[in-house]
Amino acid sequence: MAVEWALPPVSSEESPVTQEERTQLLQELMPKHNAGGLKPKERLAIPPQDMPQQDPAVRRRNVNEVALGYTEEQARIEAMRCLQCRNAPCVEGCPVRINIRDFVGAIANGEFDKALEIIKQNSLLPAVCGRVCPQEVQCQEKCTVGLSLKDVGKAVSIGRLERFVADRNRSQGVVPAVAPATGKKVAIIGSGPGGIVAAADTRRAGHDVTVFEAFHKPGGVMVYGIPEFRLPKAIVRDEIETLRKMGVKIVTNFIVGRTRTIEQLMKKDGFDAVYIGVGAGLPSFMNIEGESLIGVYSANEYLTRANLMKAYDFGKGADTPIAVSKRVAVVGGGNVAMDAARTAVRLGAEKVYLIYRRTEAEMPARVEEVHHAKEEGVEFHLLQNPKRILGDAAGNVTAIECLRYELGEPDASGRRRPVAIQGSEFQMEVDTVIIAIGNLSNPLIRQTTPGLEFNKYGNIVVDDHCRTSMPGVFAGGDIVLGAATVILAMGQGRIAAAAINEYLAGKQAGAGE
Amino acid sequence: MSHRIVRKRQIGEDVFWAEVEAPLIAAARRPGQFIILSIDSDYSERIPLTIAGADAGKGTIELIWQRVGKTTAELAALNEGDEIDNIAGPLGTPTHIDRFGVVVCVGGGIGNAPLLPIAMALKQMGNRVISILGARDKSRMILEDRFAEISDELIVCTDDGSHGRKALVTEPLKEVCSRDPTPDHAFVIGPTPMMKFCCEATRPFGVPTQVSLNTIMIDGTGMCGGCRVEVGGKAKFVCVDGPEFDGHQVNFDLMIKRLGAYKKLEQQAYEDYKQHKCRIGLHG
Ligand SMILES: Cc1cc2nc3c(=O)[nH]c(=O)nc-3n(C[C@H](O)[C@H](O)[C@H](O)COP(=O)(O)OP(=O)(O)OC[C@H]3O[C@@H](n4cnc5c(N)ncnc54)[C@H](O)[C@@H]3O)c2cc1C
Ligand code: SF4
Ligand code: FES
Repeated sequence: MAVEWALPPVSSEESPVTQEERTQLLQELMPKHNAGGLKPKERLAIPPQDMPQQDPAVRRRNVNEVALGYTEEQARIEAMRCLQCRNAPCVEGCPVRINIRDFVGAIANGEFDKALEIIKQNSLLPAVCGRVCPQEVQCQEKCTVGLSLKDVGKAVSIGRLERFVADRNRSQGVVPAVAPATGKKVAIIGSGPGGIVAAADTRRAGHDVTVFEAFHKPGGVMVYGIPEFRLPKAIVRDEIETLRKMGVKIVTNFIVGRTRTIEQLMKKDGFDAVYIGVGAGLPSFMNIEGESLIGVYSANEYLTRANLMKAYDFGKGADTPIAVSKRVAVVGGGNVAMDAARTAVRLGAEKVYLIYRRTEAEMPARVEEVHHAKEEGVEFHLLQNPKRILGDAAGNVTAIECLRYELGEPDASGRRRPVAIQGSEFQMEVDTVIIAIGNLSNPLIRQTTPGLEFNKYGNIVVDDHCRTSMPGVFAGGDIVLGAATVILAMGQGRIAAAAINEYLAGKQAGAGE
Repeated sequence: MSHRIVRKRQIGEDVFWAEVEAPLIAAARRPGQFIILSIDSDYSERIPLTIAGADAGKGTIELIWQRVGKTTAELAALNEGDEIDNIAGPLGTPTHIDRFGVVVCVGGGIGNAPLLPIAMALKQMGNRVISILGARDKSRMILEDRFAEISDELIVCTDDGSHGRKALVTEPLKEVCSRDPTPDHAFVIGPTPMMKFCCEATRPFGVPTQVSLNTIMIDGTGMCGGCRVEVGGKAKFVCVDGPEFDGHQVNFDLMIKRLGAYKKLEQQAYEDYKQHKCRIGLHG
């Protein structure tokens, strides 16, 4: 299969290191490494390997992936930077406890298949996680190399290595083995990362598994939210294809709560267990004047138009329009805000302002995305927050009025609370405003599933095994955690699947086992 | 799952009717709900259409649409036996059907389609149903015979007088509201300006008026907020909080502006489609 997203580097790499120099470096390191003799000091002296990426000026005009991935040589050199710490603090930092030390060691030895096998023991979607996990606050934050060099940016690039081994094996499409049929039916609601993993793990146990997805394409936020230039859709499509090959049924355009309720699925359609992984999916607005003007979008709408319906191809085949913007203001400081801003750049905006009420240090977005956004020309307006949005007589956005802020005392989250500076209002001329200040939980399941317990934020309440208040009903991902991360959703999908398998084994009282 | 078009007919100037296979939706749908369809999966726009009727036994739903843009024109170009890739639903909160007493159902143009199942359900609940149907001209008047079957009284009018009374629906609506007894409830579905003026017509009489809003939609599940409208000063999502709202609380002026947001781009797409000419990209 064509690996269409692995384009050759379009431009110069960040580091001036040439291919020949790298080959030479690897040749120098190899004999010592093979003899088991690279000393920690020598390892710390190996230069961190940058990832080749598309030139910012070029990628502003395309939706292809920005980061292009390591070469084999780069991966091995980077892996040799790992000290193989006895206590492997990196593993502690990984939400699903991937055996990082061992897989990195395998890469250093050139045993790429083995590396992937080690990762797959804990994570089913390494090609995704290698790209979108916030490694700098997880495994890499804890890495001894980064700590020794006093710069988390110089930690072993665990994410890039994970991505490297996953991509290398992607086209091989190995389908996991499935146990003999148990005769039990499992419904997975929502096809995000949690749902995908829960489906795979319950199917492996031999259950008859159906995934129900509201949208016309499966994949959840990975297809409609996270843009192509950060996570190529082909990767998600392959994962879904693997599920199909395993015999998982995938039903799209099926809205649980509307098309069928959970009760109907269990009582009428004969599902023995249900996993709810419907995500967060209710955009927050700021409730300020002018939010209903034409040209004000939630990030969800903006990204969905662009990603799922390919509005960037409007007029070239795609039928979904999107505002033709010249000056765009994006409000927020998370991944969603970065994605919206960078999408606006690609849709041809001349100016993109990112407005965030705290400073860069408090931004929840991945460091790499902040860096990429800046490279692409997104202008950061920090310690500012919108007060109202102004429009013309026809209802089109014309400007955004902001207040300046300063940081005050730390709040409950430990971050310093931004405080508005009275009288500091100023206006910026814009024609589009994208609100990316977070998602609440969608109330549809709550409204249609009496007996299911929710907390005051509208999240489903579960125990350590992702069991809900209803027997046979399990839940995980953003609908439980609030807007979280891909890896946490995956982790919960896995925990829930184990609990479902156990629950169903009990239900059939030994039969078929 | 694809959805086969079982039967299809043109029922008015630019107005089409089709019976489409969608067994799950046919079984679950209630009056006032809608579906979102896209003709093919990759590039098509997702558009909401109200469910005009359903046959749970046959597993089919009825859709009625007006040819106004590219997607509705493509849909009109499909034939019996053709398939629609995606139909999701039923969406929205079903109409609250009750025994109100005397109800007046006002339909404008294509709005007669979503109004019909509501009027039918109201009749079944034992209400006295007065229906007022309006259209630009005779060729655009749809479903009159079906309303005749279920209404206790039917008033038909056209803008140009080519059929029934020459009047806008607000005229007979005001007359009906001035009667004794005053109607207990009104249901109005049609073009947004028409709903706005009907609400202004019923307001002085204190007749509670339910409208069904047809905004732009993307997902239809509350995820994007693109369908938001202002009701009673608060932002509401039409796809989950609606589509029906208390018409006296809706900020129609704002909604009319928002509906026009993509007019130019949509017209461009439709013109390109009609002429089958090479398409012009966004970036020019
Ligand atoms: C723009 C954006 C960027 C992000 N970037 C990152 C990142 O870089 N790194 C990271 O780790 N995380 C990121 N996240 C967060 C991450 O995507 C989510 O935490 C994760 O996807 C949650 O997974 P989930 O399993 O809960 O399901 P989701 O991915 O939320 O998917 C839920 C699915 O359920 C479907 N659904 C909803 N309701 C129903 C229903 N009633 N019936 C049937 N189906 C239904 C939805 O259509 C959707 O497909 C980002 C999120 C967004 C929006
Ligand atoms: S902490 Fe860093 S150096 Fe130590 S084992 Fe993990 S990746 Fe290697
Ligand atoms: S259509 Fe997206 S929230 Fe209503």
